[in-house]
Amino acid sequence: MTNSLESISLIATYSAMAVYTLAFILFTVDLAGRAATDGQSTPTRWLRSAMAVLVLGFVIHFGADVTRAISAHRVPWANMYEFGLTATLVLVGVFLGINLWRDVRFVGAFVSGFAILALGIVTVNFYVAVSPLPPALQNYWLVIHVCVAVLGTGFFATGAALSASQLFQQSREEGKLQTRSWRFLSAFPSSESLEALAYRILVIGFVFWTFTVIAGAIWAERAWGRYWGWDTKEVWSFIIWTLFAGYIHARATRGWRGRPAAILSLIGFGAVLFNYGIVNIFFKGLHVYSGL
Amino acid sequence: MASRRPSDPASLQPVDLADVTSDFDSPDAPRKNRLDDPIRGPKLGPLEFLRWVWRVLTSMRTAIILLVLVAFASIPGSLVPQRSSDPNGVSIFRDTNPELFKFYESIQLFDTFTSVWFSSIYLVLFISLIGCIVPRTMYHWRILRAEPAAEPASWARLPYRRSERATQGAAVALDRAETVLRKAHYRVVRDDTSIRAEFGYLRETGNLVFHIALVGILTTLAATGGFGWSGQRVIIEGQTFTNQLASYDSFHPGSWFAEQQLDPYGVTLESFTPEYTKDPVKDVWMPIDFTATVTVTEGDATHEVILKVNEPLVAGNSQMYLLGNGFAPVITVRDPQGTVVFDQPVVFLSQDSNLTSVGVVKVPDGLSEQLGLQGFFYPSAVDLESGALSSNNPEPTNPTVTFNVYTGDLGLDSGVTANVFQLPVESLTQIAGRHTGTDVVLSPGEVFELPGGLGSIEFTSLRRFIGVEIRHDPTQMGVAVSTFFIVAGLLASLGTRRRRVWVRVRGTARIPELEWGGMSRGDDPRLDAALDRLVEKTRQTSTDKVTGE
Ligand code: HEM
Repeated sequence: MTNSLESISLIATYSAMAVYTLAFILFTVDLAGRAATDGQSTPTRWLRSAMAVLVLGFVIHFGADVTRAISAHRVPWANMYEFGLTATLVLVGVFLGINLWRDVRFVGAFVSGFAILALGIVTVNFYVAVSPLPPALQNYWLVIHVCVAVLGTGFFATGAALSASQLFQQSREEGKLQTRSWRFLSAFPSSESLEALAYRILVIGFVFWTFTVIAGAIWAERAWGRYWGWDTKEVWSFIIWTLFAGYIHARATRGWRGRPAAILSLIGFGAVLFNYGIVNIFFKGLHVYSGL
Repeated sequence: MASRRPSDPASLQPVDLADVTSDFDSPDAPRKNRLDDPIRGPKLGPLEFLRWVWRVLTSMRTAIILLVLVAFASIPGSLVPQRSSDPNGVSIFRDTNPELFKFYESIQLFDTFTSVWFSSIYLVLFISLIGCIVPRTMYHWRILRAEPAAEPASWARLPYRRSERATQGAAVALDRAETVLRKAHYRVVRDDTSIRAEFGYLRETGNLVFHIALVGILTTLAATGGFGWSGQRVIIEGQTFTNQLASYDSFHPGSWFAEQQLDPYGVTLESFTPEYTKDPVKDVWMPIDFTATVTVTEGDATHEVILKVNEPLVAGNSQMYLLGNGFAPVITVRDPQGTVVFDQPVVFLSQDSNLTSVGVVKVPDGLSEQLGLQGFFYPSAVDLESGALSSNNPEPTNPTVTFNVYTGDLGLDSGVTANVFQLPVESLTQIAGRHTGTDVVLSPGEVFELPGGLGSIEFTSLRRFIGVEIRHDPTQMGVAVSTFFIVAGLLASLGTRRRRVWVRVRGTARIPELEWGGMSRGDDPRLDAALDRLVEKTRQTSTDKVTGE
């Protein structure tokens, strides 16, 4: 029973990847179409179908996550595979949620592409079957800590997509990147709007990350008797936090708005990826929960 | 010149605060001087130089650079093993890379977070932070008591504007607008023909609370860290730990530690129960739960408490954490006449997930020679093909101890503190055990007669032990309070919009019109809708369709 649920989850994961791929193609077709008309046209039906397909992928992905949780009898983020599965789900969810508030569909290609890549890497390299939790991980602070970390990561990823678009857009506005292949940028808002949007989203990510660090410290105090010990993972969480604090200041500083701030935001997201990908696998420390 | 007056509010803000931000908070400030390169090179004169240093130090650009520097300076702390979190890793590094070790040691890479270079960045950031907070707080204090800002010179420049026919005369309409603004928590100043209103002081208040709380965390860590202490102790089932310095196996006092800081209490381990499950994938036993039942004695009161991983025990001013566990076989050694010369549980340290463990027994007195036993413990012993033993389960289904038995000088009188887990086997004579032809393999209750009529060894019974860490950390409270304010300040600041609204009367006396204008600090597209709501509410009030609300 449990085992079959586990394989249903895996099948759903692969299906979600396939559906995301279709969404990615549709998003790209939309951008290409709009580039051909120099961005003058309004969003096409390609874009609308891309969003619909993305929502479908999200639902399947959600199913994959829930079946995984049921078969494991716990939250689905106790090892690297599960964290990756859930974080990608939340990333797509955050993207869809932001769209209810502001239209950011133009980064859909980036978000769906990133989701395929992340899911693929996670499933191929980090897949582990459901296994029990060691005592130190059995704590509701784990639930809170990882939950907010995943949410923060989702916002950071969307923010990074916007910051990257902002950098390209700014170059284009300065008269660079005028070749045909960059023409899709005319479908994007101005670099200034992109920056404002990125800022709003990254600030939410920062708040979640602040909670992540705090919940982690409380959990560490419960489990290991100290709330902060500069364990590898703690070091990287701190690095991420200060980088984004730097980004927030850059936005409020003359001479640092615009390009330098966007670069800082990308460096920050690089640290997020490093923290997840490299630190979990190659570094040793108390947070060896990768399950590999 | 004018911008240098100490009373000039703008001089209290970081020099390079972005204009969208600073314009708003100091609209009257002379802007000209602030618009040239804010961080100019020093002019002659020591006072000017100092002022320049201060301006650079408390500028936003410096804050950014320092934040990024702190981030990058932390990286070695994750790449190189740290003495504070991984002392064992540091020793391994020394053994495998002696040359590199010397170099790293000389630049304090093994103590990144207490190193001179890390501390200097940290210190400069700290000063910059305070240098930033103090003037901003003074400035904000002034703003908090000031009236809303005066009407802008050019309404056309305001990003959001509305114009609305007043149906019942200008004065009445203004009254109603005033009521609506006050209900929306604006600070309002009303005169005959206009209203100035301002909202969102909480934004800057929250921001300052956030930064002050950061200072709070940093100072708590620095100032009270020295009063804390921590220690480790192994407690065997049936044993009582009494909280005094001598009872600790190892102890790390803070710099201002005094022994009176240890509150008197006792903790007796009644029983320890682990629970294991087989990981179906890797086919190994994994612990899923550890439960230690202990009795705590404080004064005359005793009470039973469950100690678990993630659930520390509070006793006196300290907390006890369950960090390790294992087996402690009780070993009894008798002389040839049967008199007991050694009888106690011996802590064996586990080596693998099936708790194969090693331990050492030293019997210096009572026999004709000093006796040393090097022991191996298998909770569930099975024979391997090689003839050696192995354990296939962490639970004691077939507990077995084997010994290598040595005689000779155990080196206990040499004055050097001997490691309880090591025997100086090179200088001893092995008389039984592996490679001697006489294996010593004991189940509970079994006795081994030592060769040469030296005496006997018995594996009497089996107990478990727990390893605990006991610590007193006075920083915890301060850090917790500061953290609370960090979060509260952050949420208050980021969740508040800073807005100004003006209302004035236009039109003719017969057909008066209310003109509304609004601006916000930074990017705030929702002000548009907010202005709509204000206008709408005022209209509703004046047609008396809706009152109150
Ligand atoms: C430990 C170092 C620091 C950290 C972690 C930090 C963090 C932050 C954060 C998270 C914010 C945005 C949240 C909010 O608005 O409440 C912020 C805003 C701000 N910080 Fe800092 N800060 C630090 C040091 C400084 C220093 C040294 C200065 C002075 C130059 C400074 C000046 C400001 C200002 C003016 C803002 C408002 C920016 C705006 O209006 O958007 N901060 N800081």
